[in-house]
Amino acid sequence: MKPAPFEYVAPGSLEEALAVLGEHGDDAKILAGGQSLVPMMNFRLAQPSMLVDCNRLANLDFVRVSEEGELRIGAMTRQRRLERDPLVARHAPLLHGTVPYVAHPQIRNRGTVGGSLAHADPASELPVVALTRGFRLRLHRSGSDRWVTAEDFFVGLLETALEPEEMLTEIAIPPLPSRTGWAFVEMARRHGDYAQVGVAVLVTLGEQGICQDAKLVYLSVGETPMAAPRAAELLIGSSLGEEDFAAAAAMAATHEIDPGADIHATENYKRHLAQVLTVRALRQARERAVVADS
Amino acid sequence: MNESDPRSITVVTTVNGERVERQVESRLLLSDFLRHELGLTGTHVGCEHGVCGACTVLFDGEPVRSCLTFAVQAQDHEISTVESLAPGPEKLHPIQQAFWEKHGLQCGFCTGGILMTMLPFLEENPEPTEDDVRHALSGNLCRCTGYQHIVDAVLHAAAMMRSDGGHG
Ligand SMILES: Cc1cc2nc3c(=O)[nH]c(=O)nc-3n(C[C@H](O)[C@H](O)[C@H](O)COP(=O)(O)OP(=O)(O)OC[C@H]3O[C@@H](n4cnc5c(N)ncnc54)[C@H](O)[C@@H]3O)c2cc1C
Ligand code: FES
Ligand code: FES
Repeated sequence: MKPAPFEYVAPGSLEEALAVLGEHGDDAKILAGGQSLVPMMNFRLAQPSMLVDCNRLANLDFVRVSEEGELRIGAMTRQRRLERDPLVARHAPLLHGTVPYVAHPQIRNRGTVGGSLAHADPASELPVVALTRGFRLRLHRSGSDRWVTAEDFFVGLLETALEPEEMLTEIAIPPLPSRTGWAFVEMARRHGDYAQVGVAVLVTLGEQGICQDAKLVYLSVGETPMAAPRAAELLIGSSLGEEDFAAAAAMAATHEIDPGADIHATENYKRHLAQVLTVRALRQARERAVVADS
Repeated sequence: MNESDPRSITVVTTVNGERVERQVESRLLLSDFLRHELGLTGTHVGCEHGVCGACTVLFDGEPVRSCLTFAVQAQDHEISTVESLAPGPEKLHPIQQAFWEKHGLQCGFCTGGILMTMLPFLEENPEPTEDDVRHALSGNLCRCTGYQHIVDAVLHAAAMMRSDGGHG
């Protein structure tokens, strides 16, 4: 199908874009990579009366390290750039390692970092990474801006803390703590498809290989990216042995995720998958943490 | 269309090396612009929501879905379609020649999109393994071939392009 008619503007500066959003509010939609919005418009699931094309905001396309050592990424940075940029590989290895699971190169060439986060699809990889790594997100409106944490940003199914007149402009990723291993694993029917279940994990080693900190976040098993803090608690203080992994995986898969059935999988299958993938992810993360330690 | 309609916009872009200027509706998809405004019907439209890859074209040299881009967004950018590949009516680009020789197509519906995906892939990875090729093909659907002959054709194209110094 074809999109319904709309008015189109392509502002050359952030101020102009924010002014249009301020004036039109809910009737206007930001067009970033268009890789989620345009399919919805083609199906007429979305019929915005005005599109604010932000692809000319070249100064929102950047990757740099701030003085505090945070990695800063502009919202209009293409997803494809994240897998090619050496700064991302060095400072945000979980993000770098996860981006290739987002759709296909043809989609990532257009799709943006900001668009993926703002779209807040619980089946998407980047929101999971944002929650796992504690991203901070910068939201601008005409005349002011605010920072929110990833935890406060994702509020529901395709729903974020963004107000209609706001734009996500930048994300900040804290440095990875030392002796920390990461992993992302997912199961999709074909490479590049939305996954049935996926999980990102971090483990930090302390003295004598004892786990000091852990984080597990799942995709496609709830209305938002789903964190599993109780599973993480089981890991903290443990020596990250196989029994510890099994206990944490069972806790997360049984009590902390909320997968519905879909045409490809029953709820039980998804819980089973979550359990298996969690153990795989934890093994990888432990290995990386040990390497980071030596 | 009414000239003063805010939804009607002049777009100036470069398609296959030629500058084109048209008055279009803002909602016109790039895929429809190429096919209906410019008559470049080698760009096919299968699903119109980004899944099949038949509409893949190069946008500033990178493969993208033309069904997920509006024509007005091509303003000041360069588009290349499958029509740009063959150097002349009697000669094929090596990647086309390879598809011909290895039976990389049956009905041909998916082929334009596959060529426009594989060309930049091979330029970036001149010596791919079979696994690399399958991975790179995962964003394109083919209902006919079962993919094996496409994989063979891409590997053959890689070899031909290497011995050609990478140029068509
Ligand atoms: C075939 C296909 C497969 C896909 N598979 C996956 C997958 O496996 N995993 C995955 O994660 N994604 C997948 N995607 C989605 C893709 O990653 C999109 O690029 C992404 O979800 C949206 O980013 P975008 O830049 O294209 O945003 P757009 O589509 O332009 O925008 C999406 C929404 O966010 C809003 N928005 C965009 N940018 C901002 C901003 N800076 N501030 C505020 N609001 C904003 C828009 O108004 C719109 O409502 C797939 C897409 C397709 C077509
Ligand atoms: S028609 Fe564009 S991807 Fe199918
Ligand atoms: S050759 Fe028919 S779809 Fe690929």
